[in-house]
Amino acid sequence: MVGKSAARRIIEGVGLYGAVALYVAFALFPIYWTVKISVTPQKLLYSEGIKLWPSRMTLENYSSVLAASDFPRYFLNSVVVSISTSLIVTVIASLAGYALSRFQFRGKVGVSLLLLLTQTFPLVMVIPPIFRIMGQLGLTDNLYGLIIIYTAFNIAFATFLMQSFFDGVPKDLEEAAMIDGCSRFVALRRIILPLTLPGMGATVAFVFTAAWSELLFALMLINSESQKTFSVGLLTFIGKFAVDWGQMMAASVLALIPVCLFFGFLQRYLVTGLTAGAVKG
Amino acid sequence: MTLSRADEINRQARMRRWAAMAEPWLYLSPALIFIVVVLLVPLVIGICYSFYKFSAFRSEWAGLDQYRTLATDPVLYHSLYNTLWWTAGSLILQFFLGLGLALILNRAFFGRKLVQAVVFLPWAVPTFLTGLTWAWLFNPLIGPIPHVMYYLGIQKEAVTILASPDHAMWGPILANVWYGIPFFAITLLAARKSIPTELYEAASIDGATAWQQFTKVTLPFLAPTIAITVMLRTVWIATFADLIYVMTAGGPAGSTETIATYIYVSTFKTLDKGYASAIAVLLLFLLILYALVVIQMRRRLMRDM
Repeated sequence: MVGKSAARRIIEGVGLYGAVALYVAFALFPIYWTVKISVTPQKLLYSEGIKLWPSRMTLENYSSVLAASDFPRYFLNSVVVSISTSLIVTVIASLAGYALSRFQFRGKVGVSLLLLLTQTFPLVMVIPPIFRIMGQLGLTDNLYGLIIIYTAFNIAFATFLMQSFFDGVPKDLEEAAMIDGCSRFVALRRIILPLTLPGMGATVAFVFTAAWSELLFALMLINSESQKTFSVGLLTFIGKFAVDWGQMMAASVLALIPVCLFFGFLQRYLVTGLTAGAVKG
Repeated sequence: MTLSRADEINRQARMRRWAAMAEPWLYLSPALIFIVVVLLVPLVIGICYSFYKFSAFRSEWAGLDQYRTLATDPVLYHSLYNTLWWTAGSLILQFFLGLGLALILNRAFFGRKLVQAVVFLPWAVPTFLTGLTWAWLFNPLIGPIPHVMYYLGIQKEAVTILASPDHAMWGPILANVWYGIPFFAITLLAARKSIPTELYEAASIDGATAWQQFTKVTLPFLAPTIAITVMLRTVWIATFADLIYVMTAGGPAGSTETIATYIYVSTFKTLDKGYASAIAVLLLFLLILYALVVIQMRRRLMRDM
């Protein structure tokens, strides 16, 4: 009996680590390849095509991206847009998600359906009208316009996400607090929100990455050099330098850095989370 | 005096009732305002476009003409079939691999934190870049995938599958799976974390096997999250054209043309905004139908719990 369980544990361990290793390789390989291209000298790019590691490495691509292009500017714009959008969306979606999770009211199904409907829009269908409206409001060609659009597009998903996190928090908790004399809002802020912090962290992360990689609207709405975001900037690379893959991949690697830092920072909230104390995972 | 006090109590009760009714709407209002102003109004305008015929300098009322053209458009049926294939293939692989990953990451093992940080990375890579990178990987001159497939005997020659009408769709699907696994892994892991441990303790005291715990405790608890994430992902994938556009541009020979890429081409290449809107309305209709079915299923599921 004991022997069997030990053998089983070994098999399980091998299976677990095997699966993990396979997936890590799958997840990392394309990123590794991007990094590899970014440090390969232009001349060797095609001649050494499928070699795992180039025989010579260079940081030239990086220095020209950082010093001789507008990339730092694009980069900063993307940071501003993504952070603003993710914070605004998370606040709005937490409120809405809470309402959908806790209240029974007339029109609730209608609201859910409306939110859902916004997810089924093919983007290209609303771009021409949005472009016209934003133009009339004077919101084209600046970051505010982008933040407003990204916020609207991400609210529905973020609300569903927050709703499901609120659904996971037992109702008794706030009912007890309210019997003790807290108002609903105080109960929400003191008791429920801390428990849904992992959910809010996840929401921030999703919205941040969605805003960070958005291309279509940024392309349509932004014209001036000073307002371009990173994804639009990448496209202009193609035009300006006649598809310089090395530089483009270098820019891409640079663009990955803040997202990685951001995800690293949110790890705690994403999974270990503050629920760990209350609800051991 | 007594009358006015009764009035006052009445008034307060009315206020409280009113406040209780208004409260959820207060929480919902910022979200609703954004959605109506920024999305709903443009949507209605977009639907109106589908009844007009646009040419270089003017637009004229076309009534249902665009929809009549739609009904007999062979490219449309072909892309509808491709959309199904692209959506189902991407979704099924993403979901099962993501669920597996979430369950693995829920267990304690050496190096878990590091693994967690790594496996979420693909989600952070902008889709435009994802497409470019995978197109590189499939390229026989500079990418390794054709050579690996040749070496494994899957292919007779090291050529890219992106150029083969029979297999090209697997290219964008693979890229999409790579990109989408972390989404399911994160949401399902978070949902899995919120299941109280006591339930598992109780189940194992009752002698439930690991499989029974999974089907009787984990799955029912994850079901609401699964229903919502699967539904949203389906819709996103179905309307998602960036990856396909970057990797194959709908080719070769239209073998990766989906409804979403067809709309792109109609809007931006042939500049037929009216016809593009008509296709979009059809897609919108199909997706709404699908979403309603899933919602209905989820509601039944929640009631049973």
